[in-house]
Amino acid sequence: MTLTPAELTSAVSGGIGTSPQRPDGNLKVRGEFAYASDLWHEDMIWGATLRSPHPYARITSVDITEALKVPGVYAVLTADDVPGRNLYGLEHKDQPVLAVDVVRYQGEPIALVGADHPETALRAMKKIVVTYEVLEPVVDMETAVDDTPLHPGGNLVRHVPIRRGSQDVTAEVVVTGRYEVGMQDQAFLGPESGLAVPASDGSVDLYIATQWLHVDRDQIAAALGLPQEQVRLTLSGVGGAFGGREDLSMQVHACLLALHTGKPVKMVYNREESFYGHVHRHPAVLYYEHGADHTGKLVYVRTRMYLDGGAYASSTPAVVANAATLGVGPYEVDNVTVDAYGVYTNNPPCGAMRGFGAVQAGFAYESQMDKLAEALGMSPVDVRVRNAMTEGSVMPTGQVVDSAAPVAQLLKLVQDKPLPAGTSSDIRELPGGVSNTTHGEGVVRRVGYAVGIKNICFSEGYDDYSTARVRVSMVNGSLSAAVHTAACEVGQGLVTIMQQIVRTELGIERVTVLPMDTTIGNGGSTSASRQTYVTGGAVKAACALVRDKLAGRTDIGDEVIDETTEWRHRATEAIDPVTGQGNAHVQYGFAAHRAVVDVDVDLGLVRVVALDCAQDVGKALNPQAVVGQIQGGSAQGLGLAVMEEIQTSGGKVRNPSFTDYLIPTVLDMPPMSIDVLELADPHAPYGIRGVGEPPTISSTPAIVAAIRAATGLALTRVPVRPEHLTGT
Amino acid sequence: MRVNVTVNGEQRQADDVWEGESLLFMLRERLGLPGSKNACEQGECGSCTVYLDNVPVCACLVAAGQAQDRSVRTVEGLAEGDQLDPVQEAFVEAGAVQCGFCTPGLVVQAHDLLDRVPNPSDPEIREALAGNLCRCTGYEKILDAVRLAASRR
Amino acid sequence: MDFLRPETLAEALEIKAERPDAVPIAGGTDVMVELNYDHRRPAALLDLTRIPELQQWEDGLRVGAGVPYVRIIDELGAQLPGLAMASRTVGSPQIRNRGTVGGNLGAASPAGDTHPVLLASDAVIEVASVRGTRMIPAAEFYLGVKRNALEPDELIVAVHLTPAKGPQQFSKVGTRNAMVIAVCSFAISLFPQENRVGAAVGSAAPTPRRAPEAEEFLASALDFKNPKPLLDSVKREFGELVSRAASPIDDVRGSAAYRKHALAVMARRTLGWAWQELLAKKNGSEERPCA
Repeated sequence: MTLTPAELTSAVSGGIGTSPQRPDGNLKVRGEFAYASDLWHEDMIWGATLRSPHPYARITSVDITEALKVPGVYAVLTADDVPGRNLYGLEHKDQPVLAVDVVRYQGEPIALVGADHPETALRAMKKIVVTYEVLEPVVDMETAVDDTPLHPGGNLVRHVPIRRGSQDVTAEVVVTGRYEVGMQDQAFLGPESGLAVPASDGSVDLYIATQWLHVDRDQIAAALGLPQEQVRLTLSGVGGAFGGREDLSMQVHACLLALHTGKPVKMVYNREESFYGHVHRHPAVLYYEHGADHTGKLVYVRTRMYLDGGAYASSTPAVVANAATLGVGPYEVDNVTVDAYGVYTNNPPCGAMRGFGAVQAGFAYESQMDKLAEALGMSPVDVRVRNAMTEGSVMPTGQVVDSAAPVAQLLKLVQDKPLPAGTSSDIRELPGGVSNTTHGEGVVRRVGYAVGIKNICFSEGYDDYSTARVRVSMVNGSLSAAVHTAACEVGQGLVTIMQQIVRTELGIERVTVLPMDTTIGNGGSTSASRQTYVTGGAVKAACALVRDKLAGRTDIGDEVIDETTEWRHRATEAIDPVTGQGNAHVQYGFAAHRAVVDVDVDLGLVRVVALDCAQDVGKALNPQAVVGQIQGGSAQGLGLAVMEEIQTSGGKVRNPSFTDYLIPTVLDMPPMSIDVLELADPHAPYGIRGVGEPPTISSTPAIVAAIRAATGLALTRVPVRPEHLTGT
Repeated sequence: MRVNVTVNGEQRQADDVWEGESLLFMLRERLGLPGSKNACEQGECGSCTVYLDNVPVCACLVAAGQAQDRSVRTVEGLAEGDQLDPVQEAFVEAGAVQCGFCTPGLVVQAHDLLDRVPNPSDPEIREALAGNLCRCTGYEKILDAVRLAASRR
Repeated sequence: MDFLRPETLAEALEIKAERPDAVPIAGGTDVMVELNYDHRRPAALLDLTRIPELQQWEDGLRVGAGVPYVRIIDELGAQLPGLAMASRTVGSPQIRNRGTVGGNLGAASPAGDTHPVLLASDAVIEVASVRGTRMIPAAEFYLGVKRNALEPDELIVAVHLTPAKGPQQFSKVGTRNAMVIAVCSFAISLFPQENRVGAAVGSAAPTPRRAPEAEEFLASALDFKNPKPLLDSVKREFGELVSRAASPIDDVRGSAAYRKHALAVMARRTLGWAWQELLAKKNGSEERPCA
């Protein structure tokens, strides 16, 4: 098998606004699309990672002598073998490539083995002797700041305060609450994998499933002590990401083993290791107080929230800023007090996951809006519409929302959708499914609503850009284009979008997507719902340069037009560290959900019967892919509402498997009717608005609202468990 | 050990197979057929679904040695040359493929369903596919794809 | 590791006598997970999938240990409705195509889905070795968490069950609507001719177990000859007694308190469905309440 991914040329055509087939679709349905775990190289060996069994311990010794003696073992490496900087991280360089002296979470990598077969590597790993002095782990996010410091600067990763309007205003109606969000996992299906191939000049090629090639490369090069140009990355097939591949996993490890042994090294995590190998969604504790007048108009919102970053910072600072700046939701509120804290603990490291801070806040503020509606005797939709943000509204940061914010319209769209038929008599359509727990007994059906807000693209002054290259030449007598970026296709369909943009901009039907790699400039991260916006913008800009050179010609002979350009969105600003004021975000996305839920109130089992969504996407470049994103995001929100949680105890993960970390099956998902609004954002390419994350925010609270309505229970924690519903 | 097995109609032989190895590992790493995917290796996701003697099973839960003298059909064996199977075609058309890691298993499982039940009801489709996890789509477009394939067979 | 492939039961028993450390593997749905995750490295694997004797069921009923769940659902649903219902909740369709009752018994996990049915319907487990055959009632088969009554040289050969003489029900709680391990489960079998009820709980004690007090209570409280609509008080008391038969723990799948609560609910409901079926039969209707 070749290591270089296929160039993707679609047999179908279609510009923006249509839904052509994915250019990688045929390969994927045939089983011929090469994911990172499918790669193979002549003479390759297998890498494996020895991890800490303890959440917090001092390492007193590591003895690799016996492991090295196992036949078939090529290398056993420890922190001593990291030639460059043994610290990396997206925002703070605080995480060791291999642990030195201390481990701060269960699963932290300590040593690597390279061997001729995965089984050989496992046997050798068992012969590595690590002695530990086990320490008392810090596990409570609310008290972590005052607990044993886990890093030199203490346990506070970031505090984001926001002060807007009056800080001591009072209101006629006040509701308060404490909410908890459990630790959700991205649970992408393709486990972390990669293949590192050493070159004779001491450089290395890494074929990898990731979300951000250039930031991976920079971190790898620093750890290897190599110049950046000696670390070359090529994107392999990625089996989903959802934020979980924004941090490094085995990237440096595979390169270390390859450079040390002189052999190609393949590393593939199994599902258990995957749970230890990537960051998760921050669990959170959120305190809220909402004050409103008797008409339901919000007077103030005050909140204090804690987000557990676990052992290393990852993207905690940005997650905390999102939770803070989006912390009152898509509502107009003049008086806002926010204190959001991201902390270190000895729990698993947490970082990016779809929704990125907005999910945790969303569950809390939407729960509060329902509580407020109840206190006022208003309907949940009315109280939201009464306070709904519109274009021109001012965020708690003082930023004016300067494009469409159709919050009320989205709510009304889902409210007006037809309701599903009555409770089924087929057990597959009842709570419990084929487990045969009810034939209708105890089943109560209710409806819940929620709406959410998400910032699109990177924020707080980050120089957020992408690079695109478009090359045009004659193939078989007609113009043909190739598009090249380093922007990662992780399943969302960027490859299709890029072809569509080139077709629309240049009128060329035949468009090839070249493999994504680091031979071209940074494409930025596949996160923050930003790739269609930013890399789409870059491809559009590169096409404009090509179009100028084409000058209307349809035959360019032997000429090759080859243009590369960077494109960046409008600048954003840092927020004031004391008041939280500033134009932090470039764009906001909104989605609303209505959930219809059957609850077996006696057994505490839930079946979501319908989960309808309305979302503004500015302009649907590929309507089919847009709906796919909304449905997929809604499903992850359903998972968080009723089943998904990494359970920890004393910092240890209790359920690192698909047997006990449950994600929704097709029998858990209801039909989802999607309304897509296209209210163009004049600041964005084609008017588009990022799509991927907003539906993940509102799905969870809508479902929980429906369960609350069915049970009359307060339900302040997600995921909702049968125990919560049955008082057991 | 040596394992002789028919894969996608061809007689194949794998040598130096470790006795504890799964059929999935043997297919992916020894027989050059990585189409069946390694998402969980504990029978909880369905992405390694293959036909073993015409019955869909999780290849991760079959010991390589158990496949001796048996017949295996993988996702790579569904299309006839350039001509996709109708189930494969429908998955691409309906937008049922995003990251695609679940797709090979789903395609095999849906292929089996439509062989047994040409016009399945929605609950039948859901029960038949309940062992195949997808993290990208929320399943709606997968259901569309199965309905589309059924309508064309 | 050795890989042993007997073609007959006699050959398998001889191997097992010589190699008691050989781990039997049929559907592989437990053994392969342990191998894939390095939880187990047996000296040998004993493949049972080539032995024709294990793959058959005979009227009567003797169900070969290697008959997969899907065949129990498709072929034995009328005769063994409780076992078929439980089989339908096992894992995924792919698992049901491959997994077997023999494997469920061999693993003897307290959460195994078929155990409560086997207990409630008086199943007898046929085990064999070169020394001969033993018939072990299900109630004596489960000895502890993942421990059963097998001797090291023995293999599970078949499960003996009587075709249902009355309504049977199975119910299981999981936190997902498909492909889920039992948080707890419950099975009930009515034996109207004998004025008797079988009831058993799963995943709610170190072993699957019967609920004898609940069984005795129903035997005395119900009039099988002239069945009348059930009193709520009878259902409630039955649920309480079933719940009391359990001694569950708190674990990652659920709390002990929830398990006890859920068992009482499932016991009430399944009794209701079973009794409704009995009443319907008495009234000449063939209607079955289960979808």
